Parts: sequence; C-alpha cells; structure tokens
Amino acid sequence: MNARAASVTLPKLAPASAPRSLPLAALVLLLLSLPLVNAVAPTNSAVHVPDYLVTLGGKFLCYATVAVALDLIWGFCGILSLGHGVFFALGGYALGMYLMLSIGEQGVYRSHLPDFMVFLDWKELPWFWRGFGNFFFAAAAAMVVPGVLAFLFGFLAFRSRIRGVYFSIITQALTYALMLLFFRNETGFGGNNGLTDFKHIYGYPLHEASTRLGLYAASAALLVGTYFLCRAIVRSKAGRVLRAVRDDEARARFCGYDPTRYKLFVWTLSAVLCGLAGALYVPQVGIINPSEMQPSNSIEMAIWVAVGGRGTLSGAALGAFLVNGAKSWFTGAVPDLWLFVLGALFIAVTLFLPQGVMGLWPKLERSLRRLRRRP
Amino acid sequence: MRSWVKATVVGLFGLGLGACKGPGGAGTEKQAAAPKEEASSGASTAAKSESGPIKVGILHSLSGTMAISETSLKDVALMTIEQINESGGLLGRKLEPVVVDPASNWPLFAEKARELLQKEKVAAVFGCWTSVSRKSVLPVFEELDGLLFYPVQYEGEEASFNVFYTGAAPNQQAIPAVEYLMSEQGGGAKRWVLLGTDYVYPRTTNKILRYFLKGKGVAESDIMETYTPFGHADYQTIVSDIKKFAAAGPTAVVSTINGDSNVPFYKELANQGLKAADIPVVAFSVGEEELRGIDAKPLVGHLAAWNYFMSVETPENKAFIEQFRKYAKAKNLPDADKRVTNDPMEATYVGIKMWAQAVQQAGTVDVAAVRQAMSGQTVKAPSGFTLEMDGKNHHLHKPVFIGEIRADGQFQVVWKTEGPIRAMPWSPHVPESAKKVADWSYPWLCGNCTEPKAKGSLAAASL
Amino acid sequence: MQSPQKHGAVSSAVNSMISSARSPKGWLWHVWMAVVVLMTATPARAVDDHAPSGAALEQLISELVAARHRQALPLVESLRAGTLRIDAKGRPFVQREAELVPLLDPPATTPEPPIETPIMTNQLRRVVQPAIASLSLSAEDLDTRRRAAEELAKRPSAELEDTLRAALERETDDEVRSALRLALAQLDVRSPDTARRLAAAQALRDAADPRLRSDIEALLGSEDDPEVRAVAQAALTRTDRKVMVYGALGHLFYGISLGSVLIIAALGLAITFGVMRVINMAHGEMLMLGAYSTFVVQNWFRDHLPQWIDASLIVAIPVAFAITCAVGILLERTVIRFLYGRPLETLLATWGIALILIQAVRLVFGAQNVTVANPSWLSGGVELLPSVVLTHSRLAVIVFSVLVVTFVWAVLQKTHLGLMVRAVTQNREMAASIGIATRRVDMWTFGVGSGVAGLGGVALSQIGNVGPELGQTYIVDSFMVVVLGGVGKLAGTVLGAAGLGLLNKFLEPAAGAVLGKIAILAFIILFIQKRPQGLFALKGRAAEVV
Repeated sequence: MNARAASVTLPKLAPASAPRSLPLAALVLLLLSLPLVNAVAPTNSAVHVPDYLVTLGGKFLCYATVAVALDLIWGFCGILSLGHGVFFALGGYALGMYLMLSIGEQGVYRSHLPDFMVFLDWKELPWFWRGFGNFFFAAAAAMVVPGVLAFLFGFLAFRSRIRGVYFSIITQALTYALMLLFFRNETGFGGNNGLTDFKHIYGYPLHEASTRLGLYAASAALLVGTYFLCRAIVRSKAGRVLRAVRDDEARARFCGYDPTRYKLFVWTLSAVLCGLAGALYVPQVGIINPSEMQPSNSIEMAIWVAVGGRGTLSGAALGAFLVNGAKSWFTGAVPDLWLFVLGALFIAVTLFLPQGVMGLWPKLERSLRRLRRRP
Repeated sequence: MRSWVKATVVGLFGLGLGACKGPGGAGTEKQAAAPKEEASSGASTAAKSESGPIKVGILHSLSGTMAISETSLKDVALMTIEQINESGGLLGRKLEPVVVDPASNWPLFAEKARELLQKEKVAAVFGCWTSVSRKSVLPVFEELDGLLFYPVQYEGEEASFNVFYTGAAPNQQAIPAVEYLMSEQGGGAKRWVLLGTDYVYPRTTNKILRYFLKGKGVAESDIMETYTPFGHADYQTIVSDIKKFAAAGPTAVVSTINGDSNVPFYKELANQGLKAADIPVVAFSVGEEELRGIDAKPLVGHLAAWNYFMSVETPENKAFIEQFRKYAKAKNLPDADKRVTNDPMEATYVGIKMWAQAVQQAGTVDVAAVRQAMSGQTVKAPSGFTLEMDGKNHHLHKPVFIGEIRADGQFQVVWKTEGPIRAMPWSPHVPESAKKVADWSYPWLCGNCTEPKAKGSLAAASL
Repeated sequence: MQSPQKHGAVSSAVNSMISSARSPKGWLWHVWMAVVVLMTATPARAVDDHAPSGAALEQLISELVAARHRQALPLVESLRAGTLRIDAKGRPFVQREAELVPLLDPPATTPEPPIETPIMTNQLRRVVQPAIASLSLSAEDLDTRRRAAEELAKRPSAELEDTLRAALERETDDEVRSALRLALAQLDVRSPDTARRLAAAQALRDAADPRLRSDIEALLGSEDDPEVRAVAQAALTRTDRKVMVYGALGHLFYGISLGSVLIIAALGLAITFGVMRVINMAHGEMLMLGAYSTFVVQNWFRDHLPQWIDASLIVAIPVAFAITCAVGILLERTVIRFLYGRPLETLLATWGIALILIQAVRLVFGAQNVTVANPSWLSGGVELLPSVVLTHSRLAVIVFSVLVVTFVWAVLQKTHLGLMVRAVTQNREMAASIGIATRRVDMWTFGVGSGVAGLGGVALSQIGNVGPELGQTYIVDSFMVVVLGGVGKLAGTVLGAAGLGLLNKFLEPAAGAVLGKIAILAFIILFIQKRPQGLFALKGRAAEVV
C-alpha cells in the first residue's frame, strides 16, 4: 500500500488529518439530525421536515447500516454475500413478533392471538413465539438469531474453504430456502401476509410523529455506531489480517494466521449488525414479510456497496443513500422506465466506476490539482 | 479525512435526491419544508387548493410479480380519468392522475401511499391488488385519513372507514359458486378439493367454505385442502392426487390459485385428461387476462365465478370494451386490439365513476364529505346491472356470474343472479365472524364490532 | 328466459306425448311444439336465470335416446359439433356448409329466423356423452363401439343396465366385451344375485383399475359369500400392487422430467462458468428470450403459414438459438469483456443487464403472459394409470434435453472450438501461452452458452407459462445445479440436474412441495462442505483459481 522502504514501524493505515475533518464531521452529523428539529419546530415552520421524509430517511439509514456491515466483509475481507437480506429480515421478524404481540386485543379479530393465527384456526401461541412479548427479549433475539445462524453457516462454509463465487451462490441458497420456509403459513410467521398492522412500540403509538422521530434518531445512532465500530476494526491489527485474507488467503494462512477465525468473526458481526438494522426498519415501515428475504433484495444490497465504493465504509453508506434515493425518485417520476435506469446504473458503475462513487474523488482532485498548476 | 469530505458533499446530493421525488416537484429540501398545512390524524386532510387540477393517485405495481395483473388496472383508470376530463372534469377542475410504481414490494406500497397522501395530496387513491398490499397501506390511510378504492375480490373480514371495496366479498363470489357446483346443473358435487396458493385470501376463503360445506352436511373426509407456494409450477403430483380423490364420488375443485401458477396448473389438468364434465374446476382468480396467456382449448368447460365477464352482452359492456381498445390503440399499448377486460377492471371503472359522482354531489373533494356522499351512489355498470355502494359497510352490491371457459379464451355465462347481492364482509358461516357487524352509520359507527359504539345519551355522533 | 320450475312440466308433457303417440314423425313434431310453447310461455314466478335452452334440450335428448329414435344420434352429434341450430318455430336444423338441413322435418322445410345456436354446457355434456355412448353400442364400426364401451365403463348409470346386457350378448370383440363387463360390474356389485356379484368381482379383479377401488371396497364390506369375498380380496390386492408399481414409475418419470428441465436450464450456465468463472445473472433472461422467440415464430406462422403451424416449434429451435447466441455475444463484447478477471463485478453487471432485458420485454410484449400453444403432436399423453400420465410434452422435453446434451458434447469433444474451450477451462494461462485466443474463446463460449439457454427457453415454453419474469424462476435452480455438479465436465451438470430432479420429486409426496425444496437446498449447502468443488471437479492447481 505504501511505497516506504521496509522499516520496523508499520505505516499508518490512513492519513490522519484531524483538524480538517472536524467541521466536516460536524456537518454530516448536523445533516443527520436535521429532522430531529421537528420535535421542537411547529408544523408549518420552514425547517420542518415532512413526515414521510422522516420515515423515508429512517428507512435509508437502516439500509445504510446494512451497506456498511456488508462492506466490512466484502471490501475488507473479500467475502461477497448475496444473501445478507436474510439476516436483515430475521432481525426484522424478531421485532415484528414483539410488535404483533403488543397489538394485544386490538387486532381485527379481537383475540390475544395475532390475526393470522386466528384465520389459520390456531388455538394458542406456538412455543417459539413465547417471550416476544418483552421488548428486550425481542431486541436481543434480533441480534442473537441472525448471529447464531451466521455463525453456523459461516463455520461450515469457511471451514471447508468455500470461497468466491461458490460462496456467493450458497448464500443465495440460504436466503432462498429461508424465504420459502417463511412463505409457508404453517411455519408460523404469517406466511405471505407477514407481520403487519402494528400499533405500539414499547408503549409509544407508532403513528405519532414523535415516535417516528425517535425511531429515526435510533437508526441514525445505529448507523453512526456501526460506522465507528467497523472503522475501529479495520484500523486495528485484526483489520490488517482481514485485508491480508482478502488479498491472498493462502498466503495469510501460511504466515500463520487462521483465516477461518477472522472471517467467521466479521461475518457474524456483520450479521448481527444487519439484524439490528432490520429490527429498526420494521417499525418504521409497518410490515415485514418473506419477500425481504428474496435473492434479488440481497443482490441489491451488494449493488449499494458497489456503487458507493467498497473498501471505504462511508462510501457504502453513501451508495445506499444514492441507490435507494434514485429508486424512490424514479418509481415516482418515470415508473415505466425505472428498471432501465437501475440496470444501467449497475452496469455503468461496474464498468466505469470500479471504486464506486468514492473513487471519483481522487480523479476529481487530480484534475483540480492539474488545473491549479497551470499558470 | 478525505472520506468525510466526499461523504458530506455527495451525501447532500443523496439526501437531496431522496427528497425530490415525483414528476412535478423539482423539490429541494427547502421547498419540502415550505409552509404547508400538514395532515393531522383524525381530522380531514390538508385543504387542497380549491382551484387547479384535482390529483388522483394510482397505486398499482407496474413491475415485479404482480405487474401481470395490475398494469391493466392502471390503464383502465387512466382511461376513465381521461373520459371524465373530456366531459368537463369535476367541479370545473381537471383530474390529474399521479401514477407510482410500488413494484410488487409491500413496504414500497406503504411508502408510495404515504407519498401520494402527504406529498402529492391526492384526493383519492385507486389501487392495490393483493391483500398483503392492502393490509400494508391500511394503517397509512387510516392515519392520514385518505380514501382508497380497492377493486379486487378478497377474503372479507375487513371494513375500514377509509376504504371503499368495489371487489367481491366471499358471499358475492365463493359461496354462490359452491352452491352452483352442488346443484344438479353444476354437476351435483359431493366431494370437494380446496386448492389454493398459500396466503391469506385462499386460506380465509377456504376456512369460510369449510364452515359452509359442513353446514350443508359435507363430511370432513370429503374435503381435501392443499396449498402451493407462490410461483409453484409443478402440479403433476397434485393433479394426480385430485384424480385419486375424485375416484370415490362426484368431485369439484375450488381453485384459489393465484397468478402465474394457474398456467402450469391448467396445462397439467389438460395433459392428464381431467375433463370439465367429470371434475369441474371453478377458479376465483382466473379471468380473461389470465386466459390470454394460455391455450384455452383443453380447458373448455372449466368454470370461473365473477361479477362481470367480458362476454356479457349489454350495450354498456360493448361501449366499455370499445372505449378501452380505442384507448389502448391511441396510447400504443402492446396488442391493443386484442386487449381484454375483466372484473377488477370493471370494478376500477365503476369505482372512479362513483367517486366522481360523490364529489359532484358533495361539491368538494374533502374526504369526510365525499365519504358521506358515497353512500347509496349508483352506477349502471358494463355488467348490465345497476351497482350500488352500500350505505353502511363500504362495499358494493354486485351480481354474480358463473361462466364456463370457451375455446377462444372468453367465458360463457351459464348462471347468474337475478340482481345485485349485498356484500357481507363478516361471513355468517364462521362462528367468530357471524357476531360482527360492519356498519359505519349511526349508531354502530364501526367496521368490526359486536355492539354499537354510540350508546344512548352519550355525545351523539355528528356524521 | 326459462324458469327451472317448468322443467317438470316439460318432462311430463314430453313423456305423455311419447308414450301415447307412435307415428314416426308426427309425435316427435308435437314434442318439439310442446317444448317451444313452454319455452315461450311467461314464467309464473321469476327465479334465477339459467342457461336458456339447456333444460329443455337436455330433457329432449334423454327422451329421444330412451326411445331409440333414429335421428337421436345425428341430433346429439350435431350439438356436440356445434352445428345444431334451432329456428324461431323450435325446429332443429344441422348446419352443413352454407345450408341448413332439417332433422325432424321434411327436407324442403326452410328455417324461420331468428335462428339460435344452443350452447354446449357441462350439464349438457353430462347428458350427451353417455347418450352418444349408449347409442353407439349398436353401431357397425368396431372403433365406435369400443370407444362407447370405454366411455360407459367410466360412469355407468343404472338405466343403461339392460342396454349393456343386451350389448354384451351380441358383442363378438373381446376388448369391447371386457369393457362392457366392467361397466356391468360397477352396477352389479349391489345386485342380490350371487352369480352376478361373482362375475362383477371377477371383472374387477381382471381390470385392477384403481378408479374402481371404492367399488371393490364396497363389495368386500357387505359381502357374505366366501367365493365372492376371495375374488374381491384378490381384486383389491392386485389393484393396490398396480398402484404402487405404476406410482413409483410415475414418480420416476416426473423426477426425470424435472431433471431434464433443469439440465437444459443449467447447461449454458455451467459452460460459461467453466470457461470464464463468471456467474451470468442474465442467464435466466436468455431462457426468457428463447421462450419469446418461440412465441414470435408461432405468431409469424399463424399470420403467414397457418397450415404449417405445427411445424413452428421445430423452426423456433434454430431461431431461438440464433437470437440468444447473438444477444450473448453482444453482451460479452460490450460489457463482460471489460470485466475480465473480476468475477464478482461481472455478476453485478449481468444483474443489471437482466433488469434491462426484463423491462425491455415488458415494454415490447406487455407485462402479461403470452400464449405459446402446444402443437397438436405434443398434446395428450400416455396413460399408465388414470393418475399417472406421461404427458407427451414432457416426454418431448426429455428427448430434447438428451439431444441438447449430445449436441453440446459433440461441440466440446469433436470440434476445434470445443477443444479450445476445454483447454481454457483447464488452464487459462497455459492455453494462452500456446497461442489460443482466450478472449475469442470467451466470446464464443458466452454465445453458445446463451444459445443453449435459448433452446431451454423453447422447451420451457411448452410446459410452463411465458412472461417477462420467466428467467427469475429458474435462476436459483440453475445455480444449484452448477454448484452441485461442479465445473469442467458435462457429466457433472447432467448428473447434478437429474439427481436434483429425482430427489425433489421423491421428497414431494412425503414432505410437500415447499419442504422438499428446502430440504434440497439444505442438502446442497451441506454437500458443498464435503465437496466444495462439486461432484466432478477439475484437478490441478489452475482449477483452484475461482
């Protein structure tokens, strides 16, 4: 990476220009917290952000968290997962189950059971639903369940040294299989109808603007937290090993490191983060259903990272915002043509922007510098 | 750090892009935050400007798995709006359709619904097809007090204040179909196969049908209930199971298979020689549009139950079909002169016309006023019957037709009701539902309750 | 138009007329007049509006058949053929070319407009088919009698008992006799005469038809006579054994059929992946393009050469290959080429291409599914059992997939291009070093792989629906086949696909369609742990490069 001659001190992983970064970091944080002004500003003031934008922003923030988590394993460890949607969805289901149970008797059928169990003629709650009446249990489950699944899957896969394209394909198999499983009404998660019609979260009514702002804030906090956590990891010595594994796994193994352990670690961490993002996503969107687990959703997640720039954490978050923003805009503006645009975007980014949008900056900077140098 | 710079500046772009959505709005964040009266829950929505076009939202999937069914609903809606505009518009203002594509993605449905109501400030929304999409937008409509017109046959068990249901409830489709199959004319079926795709509409409909059949004395062992996942394409074993089951007595198949799976199912029926005269199959989700994609010759004689068929010979229907084909040709839609019309398209057409009439009557697009004016609206529909919007339960009175498939992909009507039937969203055959009432008029004031909300001396409802 | 209350009135009117009068034409004419009068009379009480002329026509046909009237069969045949017409006076005519020939009236009678065409409904069919059958039992032609006997054996009605016995007496042909005996057997199981019950049991045992299992059980349930019981028991055993054997054969067939579909779908993918180590996410769309090519060719034939429509499928095969091969080469030259050495990026880029192709097809052909009809030589099937039918279209797909695999094998083993492809698959650098233009091989591989996918689309159009999202349903399965079968040998793909198909179909009756599929996916994930490179892996250091 660095062209310095061999020396004992390891070169810094990234140039530290702290003074320059602070005002800009503050600017980003300000941007993210803009909607929170809604809490104090009256509804028709100039700085009030419309409700639907708050929800949309919250959704995007959750997506950005997923993108950062995916970038951690792809950009820094070379594992391309095309099935990360399953962890996101599992976290979503965990919280969704809590939200379903907290509807209580205010559902359509006025029963202590969720509505879909009533029309299936079930008489009592299945064993795996117990405990989800408690918010903290559900929150823990949103982390533990994807984590355990990821650990098992990753353990089997990495131990057998499955890599590259084969690995990507079996992650597709994983998400597809779970999607089929959850689509069955007998499995007990609402089938294709999913979990919906939520009313309260932790006592707060979901359709109140204040609750929405709270969820938005939580999503923003999660994104920031994820970013810093991942940054810490990639800057540490473990991060170096990860990069070594990415660049040449066999060589890293022969240097004495066990790639399986490192890969398993980031893979599980990434899944847990996705689960948390899913858990925050569901109350903001109001529904979770197995089509979140469909293979194409997971492929889109990889596209966010590719567009933003893999190998740079902030690029991943940026990519998530860009692609989803474009999708929201195009499905409203040119509904007939938006798939063309999306497809063209994917092709263009992989062909012309292999470093993603973040890769544009060095080029821009270079041309700016060249312009400045001319007399 | 460089990455922060890039992140910030381009992040601004990203959020900005996310903020500016919609065809007309070149909105920056500033415009989005400009002084506008926001929707508050419960009360009627922001006062739309009393001049300028009236915006109408169209919420149908134009891509993804449901595009096959929903695209033609968008086309019919646009045609009807164009017709209204050509005859002078509503209240002296033109109608402006706002079309969005929720791409068969249920969370996106909720997002687009919110966008239509809060950003575009539409007066009403015509949309949704699957029950999942409707259930995911319901909280949005109830929170923002919008109006949704839902044109597709569904499983009942719902009667929202904010939705007008122009599609059939089970007693307007499923029950009459089963009664027909039980009758001698329909084949005198004694054994029943309830076959459906695995989601709420088939599950609930079959639950209702089970209670109904048991009420008619059919034994448990004479009912076979099976479900297949969405997109399931291999029906070899299921069709042979049906044949085995049918060996023990005259059997009829009630099919709630949805979407793409119908094609391989019918192909397998034909290939395994299941003749309609021996084992009739009645489908609730197969219409003219679905038959367009299959060779209908081997299916001749199998049945469907709807509230409208394209083959119904009335002057209104003839005009409707002609108008639609002319519209399709004018807009260069693929296959324009072979386009077909079906029940949900007729329901969309009727729904828009009824809404327009209610707006004229109320003199405003304000939701509360229009909702009240909708009670009792009547339209002479292409089916030849005069359909009426019930004054109490927000459902349409509809006639029932049973048709047999013809070789040309159309339906031959073999039975129809005398006149329109009133919908019963809460099925009287299911014990828990039988006690419920859907009645938004005084003193019940609810879509889902067992006793009236307004009791005696308490504050009178000011409806 | 007609109230069901009048059904009974018609019946009694007709009955009395037939039983009283006997003159050849006169009484029948009176019957028709009665029918017409009743049809046009005003209803006393309006109820549900049933099919207009159905009830009266049904009644008439039953009466005619029971009276064995000479014109009964022609009338019924013309109704089935759709050539029957009823004029304003209620007289029946047959449409022959442009002429209307009277059935029950003198030849010179002219029809009086308005002329109606009675519609064939299920209800009429139920009456007409057995009616034709019973009339045909005394026909001269052997085939007619045989078909009639088989039709009656399906659902004999009690009124036909005497007709059946009479026909059995005078019948000489063995096949027809056994069918008649079977028909009688179903009626005789409840007969008080032991000899008849014995004959019934023997007929049921000889036929061993699973459809009649419930009749055998009914016989066993109420039987006292030991001889009859023994024969009935033997009948039951034979029937059950037949069901088991043929059932297993059926599962085998379904499994192979599914496997053949998977082979065709996955073959192109395997080839491309072997050579370029690239997973082509647009592969499903090549299948879709092949299916749509079939549709376009069929339409062209329908418009220009309608008499050759059955040959459109054969013509569609090279057309689909050519189109998808061209599209594949175009994609390779414009997009894939620049992503050489970056398999994961190629994956993403091809996903984008897939989205564009789907939307393009949606805009051109519409979002709805399109009709691709089976040619007449592919309809129907071979019936082993009523519940086990080897459909011709699936048989054809199996044969077709064998041909495609052979074709690909021939290309790979016998042509120069194939030699180069194999070399590049085994060791790209070495192949380049000895002068093979690896980039050009890539281009041709992608083209041929896409072409094979196009052929797959042609096959799929015959057994499933054709819509813009056709490719999406097969893409995950194709991946699984490639992962399971490994890369480098054709046998891997073939065995992987066949294995998956059979496994799926044998699991299905036990676990249900969805659980079966999930079990397969779990199996694949676990299998890959044991053999990460798939069933047939390439050996050597170069093979490790993924």
